[in-house]
Amino acid sequence: MSLLKSRETILALAILALLAAIASRFPGFVAPRNLARVLTDTSPLILLALGQMAVILTKCIDLSVAANLALCGMVAALMNGAGVPLPLILLAVVLLGAALGAVNGLLVWRLGIPSIVVTLGTMTIYRGSIFLMTGGAWINAHQMSDAFKAFPRTVVLGLPVMAWIGLAGIAAMALLLTRTPLGRAFHAVGGNPHAAVYTGISVGRTQCAAFVLSGALAGLTGYLWVARYAVAYVDIAAGFELDVVAACVIGGIAIAGGAGTVAGAVMGALFLGIIKNALPVVGISPFWQMAISGSAILLAIAFNAASRRDPGRIILKQAEHRT
Amino acid sequence: MSIMGKILTTAAVAGALMTGTAQAENLRIALVAKALGIGFFEAANKGAQEAATELGDVEIIYTGSTDTTAEGQIEVINSLIAQRVDAIAISANDTDALVPTLKKAMQRGITVISWDSGVAPAGRQMQLNPSSAPLIGNTIIKLAADHLPPEGGEVAVLSATTTSTNQNTWIAEMNKVAGDYPNVKVVGTVYGDDLADKSYREAQGLMQTYPNLRAIIAPTSVGIVAAAQAVTDAGKIGEVNVTGLGLPSEMAGHVKSGASKSFAIWNPIDLGYSATMAAYHLAKGDAKAEPGATIPIGRMGEITLDENTEAAMADPFVYDAGNIDQFSSIF
Repeated sequence: MSLLKSRETILALAILALLAAIASRFPGFVAPRNLARVLTDTSPLILLALGQMAVILTKCIDLSVAANLALCGMVAALMNGAGVPLPLILLAVVLLGAALGAVNGLLVWRLGIPSIVVTLGTMTIYRGSIFLMTGGAWINAHQMSDAFKAFPRTVVLGLPVMAWIGLAGIAAMALLLTRTPLGRAFHAVGGNPHAAVYTGISVGRTQCAAFVLSGALAGLTGYLWVARYAVAYVDIAAGFELDVVAACVIGGIAIAGGAGTVAGAVMGALFLGIIKNALPVVGISPFWQMAISGSAILLAIAFNAASRRDPGRIILKQAEHRT
Repeated sequence: MSIMGKILTTAAVAGALMTGTAQAENLRIALVAKALGIGFFEAANKGAQEAATELGDVEIIYTGSTDTTAEGQIEVINSLIAQRVDAIAISANDTDALVPTLKKAMQRGITVISWDSGVAPAGRQMQLNPSSAPLIGNTIIKLAADHLPPEGGEVAVLSATTTSTNQNTWIAEMNKVAGDYPNVKVVGTVYGDDLADKSYREAQGLMQTYPNLRAIIAPTSVGIVAAAQAVTDAGKIGEVNVTGLGLPSEMAGHVKSGASKSFAIWNPIDLGYSATMAAYHLAKGDAKAEPGATIPIGRMGEITLDENTEAAMADPFVYDAGNIDQFSSIF
């Protein structure tokens, strides 16, 4: 019974129902090869949702992830153009992403500015920096080396490297959140900041760590994104931060912090990824697509809110009976 | 100073004066760019120089502001008025802000035309558009038809957003002339919202939904690049041809890989050439800028002004493996 009540189980069932509905209109969608393609396509969203989850757990939000991704992607493309070998580029984008995340984190930690304001600001600054670096010019497929473009597409054991990176991200994040002091601190800081302070956890430092983590993942995803679509320009992944937040919300990560699981975030991302990939093939009018994506998000939130309200009511009723 | 020196000086001054007169006989046409240092306008200047060589009695003054602002262009125009040029051909940074200054130029007898990015009718005698919606609509379907197998095939359109005015107009014009291309079977239009990832996914979706798809028409620079990449990744190069409107510098790789056999966009060289030709004939007085008038533009044929004294130069220029290298470094 408790298994049926868990949000993850219900979300998994919703995903299966969604797949069944899509398969009834377009059977080819559930072919293993196509599902692998969907997983690959959703990997960037999964990676970013994992980082965002850590941030949301600590009662913050990171709206600069997409801009961070775009900036790191552009830097990766520029480094590739300068002849830097791929392993160095990967290291550089992760470090740069982490540094950009640290800027957010330090502003939240040291100056105590609300994270939504900080990341709204840095979001614009990061996008603007891309424009300054390139003057608005694009970096195109023929300006990237073949190795640079091939890495995320290389198939290892039946899946492209991009999907493996996504899976590795999930495993690492699960380990971090359940088996390390830092991971438990994310939950503690969001769940009850005052109690966290009494147990010796620095709230600001933990929030900063979450931003660094989110930034590093965004940096890595920046390279993957640019290599996959073989183009880098100022506006790549514009508005993607909203998808990332939506994936977390659908996955049942409490926007007020403190509650959420890796499985939830991953399934939230998969849910959105499946919808994004299915809409083009099921022949639904493009005018309806946005409305459908929006409704799915609203439904998920309504469901979360409803499932959270019940316990409170029961307690009150019991209290009434006792008096 | 010796006598010899005096004679030499006099000769030099006289020589300078004579050159001055010779220049005055030349028609001086100022080609004003949105800003200096942009490949597109440098290429337009190349075309203007070509027109000048062809005409013989024309001197081109290629100028522009250092940034893309109306203020910068107003300064440039004022200095051109002071230099008493014969004609100004401008690609404007602002439709209305330049009108007073350009009016002043016209009052001084200077021929003023706008090209590429236009000025409000009060501030110019005519506007030269690189192309027109019907010509673009016809070109994009023709590009798809050109590379279909003889028995024809399915073709889909990948547009920008559902509300993009330009793309919607072009696609509507394309559908009007679809009857002229019986081998093209247009199966649908999808929208990539000018986002690389969504366009890529929509292109993938098209290839899944229509297994016999032979071409994707993407009249948007983001969409055409994303579709070409999706076709490449699906291993369908040679089977699905990606075409539409794009920039040579962005499409060079995909033309070389064969994902796109050809695509179109205006040719800045032709545009600079035509703007110079039109300005020349108006300044000479052998053509009038009024609705319905036709103006010869050299090797590009002639243009006809509509009721807003605007004219369309030509079909968009087609880029393929043969000329992509020449243009990919320009814009």
